[in-house]
Amino acid sequence: MPTVKVDGQEIEVPAGATVLQACELAGKEIPRFCYHERLSIAGNCRMCLVEVKPGPPKPQASCALPATEGQEIRTDSEMVKNAREGVMEFLLINHPLDCPICDQGGECDLQDQSVAYGRGGSRYDESKRAVTEKNMGPLIKTTMTRCIHCTRCVRFSEEIAGVDEIGALYRGENMQITTYLEHAAKHELSANVIDLCPVGALTSRPYAYEARPWELKKALGIDVMDAMGANIRIDSRGREVLRVLPRINDDVNEEWLSDKSRFAVDGLTRRRLDKVFVRNNGKLQPASWDEAFKKIKAAKPGNDIAAVYGDLLDCETMFAAKALLGAMGSTLIEGRQTGLVYPTDNLAAVNFNTTLAEIENADAVLIVGSQIRHEAPLLNVRLRKAVKRGAKVFVVGPEWETTYPATFLGADLAVLNKLPADVSDAMAKAVRPAIIMGGAAAGRGATGKVLALAAEWNVVRQLDDGSTWNGFNTLHFSPSRMGGLMLGLAQQGGIADLVAAKPKVLLALGADEVDFTKFSDSLKVFIGHHGDKGAHAADIVLPAAAYTEKPGTYVNIEGRVQRSEKAVFAPGDAREDWTILRALADALGVTVGFDTYDQLRAAMFADTPALANEGLADFGTALPAGGGDASGVITGYPVADFYLSNAICRASPTMQRCSAELLHGETLAEAAE
Amino acid sequence: MLADRDRIFTNLYGYQDWGLKAAQARGDWDNTKDILAKGQDAIIDEIKASGLRGRGGAGFPTGMKWSFMPKESKDGRPSFLVINADESEPGSCKDREIIRHDPHKLIEGALVAGYAMRARAAYIYIRGEYIREAWRLEDAVKQAYDAGLIGKNACGSGYDFDVFVHRGAGAYICGEETAMIESLEGKKGQPRLKPPFPAGAGLYGCPTTVNNVESIAVAPTIMRRGADWFSSFGRENNKGTKLFQISGHVEKPCVVEEAMSIPFSELIEKHCGGIRGGKDNLLAVIPGGSSVPLVPAAEIWDAPMDFDGLKAVGSGLGTAAVIVMDKSTDIVKAISRISYFYKHESCGQCTPCREGTGWMWRMMERLRVGDASVEEIDMLQQVTKQVEGHTICALGDAAAWPIQGLIKHFRPELERRIAEAGNMAEAAE
Repeated sequence: MPTVKVDGQEIEVPAGATVLQACELAGKEIPRFCYHERLSIAGNCRMCLVEVKPGPPKPQASCALPATEGQEIRTDSEMVKNAREGVMEFLLINHPLDCPICDQGGECDLQDQSVAYGRGGSRYDESKRAVTEKNMGPLIKTTMTRCIHCTRCVRFSEEIAGVDEIGALYRGENMQITTYLEHAAKHELSANVIDLCPVGALTSRPYAYEARPWELKKALGIDVMDAMGANIRIDSRGREVLRVLPRINDDVNEEWLSDKSRFAVDGLTRRRLDKVFVRNNGKLQPASWDEAFKKIKAAKPGNDIAAVYGDLLDCETMFAAKALLGAMGSTLIEGRQTGLVYPTDNLAAVNFNTTLAEIENADAVLIVGSQIRHEAPLLNVRLRKAVKRGAKVFVVGPEWETTYPATFLGADLAVLNKLPADVSDAMAKAVRPAIIMGGAAAGRGATGKVLALAAEWNVVRQLDDGSTWNGFNTLHFSPSRMGGLMLGLAQQGGIADLVAAKPKVLLALGADEVDFTKFSDSLKVFIGHHGDKGAHAADIVLPAAAYTEKPGTYVNIEGRVQRSEKAVFAPGDAREDWTILRALADALGVTVGFDTYDQLRAAMFADTPALANEGLADFGTALPAGGGDASGVITGYPVADFYLSNAICRASPTMQRCSAELLHGETLAEAAE
Repeated sequence: MLADRDRIFTNLYGYQDWGLKAAQARGDWDNTKDILAKGQDAIIDEIKASGLRGRGGAGFPTGMKWSFMPKESKDGRPSFLVINADESEPGSCKDREIIRHDPHKLIEGALVAGYAMRARAAYIYIRGEYIREAWRLEDAVKQAYDAGLIGKNACGSGYDFDVFVHRGAGAYICGEETAMIESLEGKKGQPRLKPPFPAGAGLYGCPTTVNNVESIAVAPTIMRRGADWFSSFGRENNKGTKLFQISGHVEKPCVVEEAMSIPFSELIEKHCGGIRGGKDNLLAVIPGGSSVPLVPAAEIWDAPMDFDGLKAVGSGLGTAAVIVMDKSTDIVKAISRISYFYKHESCGQCTPCREGTGWMWRMMERLRVGDASVEEIDMLQQVTKQVEGHTICALGDAAAWPIQGLIKHFRPELERRIAEAGNMAEAAE
């Protein structure tokens, strides 16, 4: 713990801290462009110069200089002021004065810092440099004349994403940041460079010229595009969500966000269900709430009612459905729409127990049946970190492009019965072994064997430092899954139990992936927000709210209970889901025990107390014994098209474009020839 | 004048064959095994005692640099020697002559130095434009391998040592030691932040020393003839012999080995046939390659040509590439051309150099024709100060110093041009 002096103030800093961090601890603001906490240190913008004694008689880049005992650091001296003004002037001489038409305006580091640390005027009379725009794909808009060459984007793609997509060409003042041969940036996290870019060189293409940051209303939300529960900020103006940005949460998403979570929001204003529809003579026609409720009542469901819930639902909606069905005398609720079946009585066996933050410390990881990059892009970032720290990764399943060295063991699950010696050795000898079982393996004949392997390798163990390591992980891809399972909403036989029960009324709560032909005799009531597969198959459509339009509780794959705020109102006649279910209860003549949202939450907490506390729920560490041999071949992963995996993205023009250009770009080009 | 028997580079002009046999006849590879047998520390001590300072420009004591290398590898990482043959400094042409005509001195030096610093191998990074020189070096390395002088059990010493020749792609910045390491690793040649210094984490993250060709090539001779002999030349703190490269307006430009601290006048009169048009025709001298400030005629004439002597006149020895300019020189144009060079060669990594070199060159171009105001001279001076000392590597300093030298010594000339251009403009109206 070295002690340093910052502007005369003595302060103790952690060992290994840089001078910049020391200054921040002392409460001094150090301007910077290239430095970023989560990226390697480049030291190239020279904005963070400070005076340090002992040292050479010139200002030093504080971001790259280790703080050592007895240093005297000055951030307020004449030398530092001149150095900052000098660097600022250099940054600005070739930066265009196009702030009025720049999307970064209002949230631009260069603007802010030039006001705070720059000179009043410019002395540069020569022509400014101009750089042609680069193609970085459908998500990133480039205006490279504005680039100040901090190389944050280059370092992000190299270090965090693990793909060499962005780099620098040429040298000196001709240096340009570009993608290789101007190919589109294809990585699932590529758009994070927009946030990282301190100027307006890389901005959001779908959001271009949409709004100024000060016009936006901000709500704190939870993302539902994958099951990670990424913390987001929902920026809206009027009734429209204009953009989604990541919030910093080191336990969940750090400060990254997948491209889907960020850009699917333009799907929220398209293909929306904003009216009640009732099927008459085979055609869905607009109707009133009353008509719809009467029709449901006329079906006289009694306890012959079932519900299937979709991937994007909040716990409150699911609980309201549970309460309604309970009042009717039914417990037939299921969320595994595509027919997956695995035991759900022990939640520790279906949870991501290691937690997202801890998986970084794993030293051997066996992935069974998961395309991590598509199912949980942010988890892939963590795994890459683990590999950088020396972890070995093995994958059972069809090959996909990992962003780190990994060994593929083939698509045949039977390989689990007799693993190659190096794999079982690595797993058995690891201090922190981890198994990740994905949707392509769980319920497809691998669960028992994987549990047996977990027991064999002793993945739940006490570490030397006394903490508990739980290396057994199930990776879900639907954000409502863990919440639903905590509420106990699952059938032993999965959705087949619902089919077998032949319910008179089937409530489809945002369920778009169900094979509704199996419910041909039921009255299918779709309560959801998008006119997608579920609404097409329904007899009655009740318009509900999307994730940005209702407050809600979400549980991510690691069992983390998080709450989301309502950002905007649902369009047209659409209502928050729980109010629809509450009204339906009246129509069916039953009481569910709540009249307000607060009462609903209280009832939910009483029902499932774990949901009352934000943070990780405790499922214990006891795993079922498992056993038996694994069999079957994984032919494909559950997320077939990363950009079109749910109703919101399917309605989003940006996501459609991404799917067409980034995933199927080659086939399109061939077809055009 | 340095006696012939005291010359280290006895085939500097290529009058004899460069090959192994001829080199051995000149004394190279003579019982190198015995030199190595003295032991690593003895070699480093001898080099330290000789007072040899790095010949690449910065003048850091070579023996001390070698002693920074780890004595044993605690984590299994090997150590490397990187030899800087990326001789790109305008005016500098000594390494080229060494590689052309005396490559075995360099290779033997690589072994001696590499052994002293416990390096596993030496990488000779040669400038891309030196095509024939690279071929020559590769041939010489092959000869040395074939004769068992390097490679497994080098010279029968029991020490395994490899020498690799790596060709650059023509970037001046790759002569900076950490940029050279980046380039060797196959990356874009951009200097690294220090610390960590290469002796801690250099090539492929392993302890590395980067030395100039000349520093390495003189090491075997120092070991043979002793530190006392080497340190008998030159003034205190500036010992030894040195290759001077005199170009420009002298009667006979040449590369010559001379004792350090030789006065400028003697160097010019004895070896170069004097200044073109006589002593009085001398305008200014850039004594150490393009990156040091120029020195006007009056100040340079009696100055001793060594690190401290040239520092005293506000310049530096650099690589001892002496660029002589007589009164026919357009001095502003000359410095402007140098500014263009630095603008062209800036790697673009850090802000002051990337943006500043271009700005300075553009201002120099206007000053060349007097298209500026007098205040802009002060502004230019400030801009050079904003670049100098604010960058990752020394290229920013190197770009700033020539202009600072010009303003310091030739400000009246700049003002004259501005006034003249102003008069012309008035007359035209």
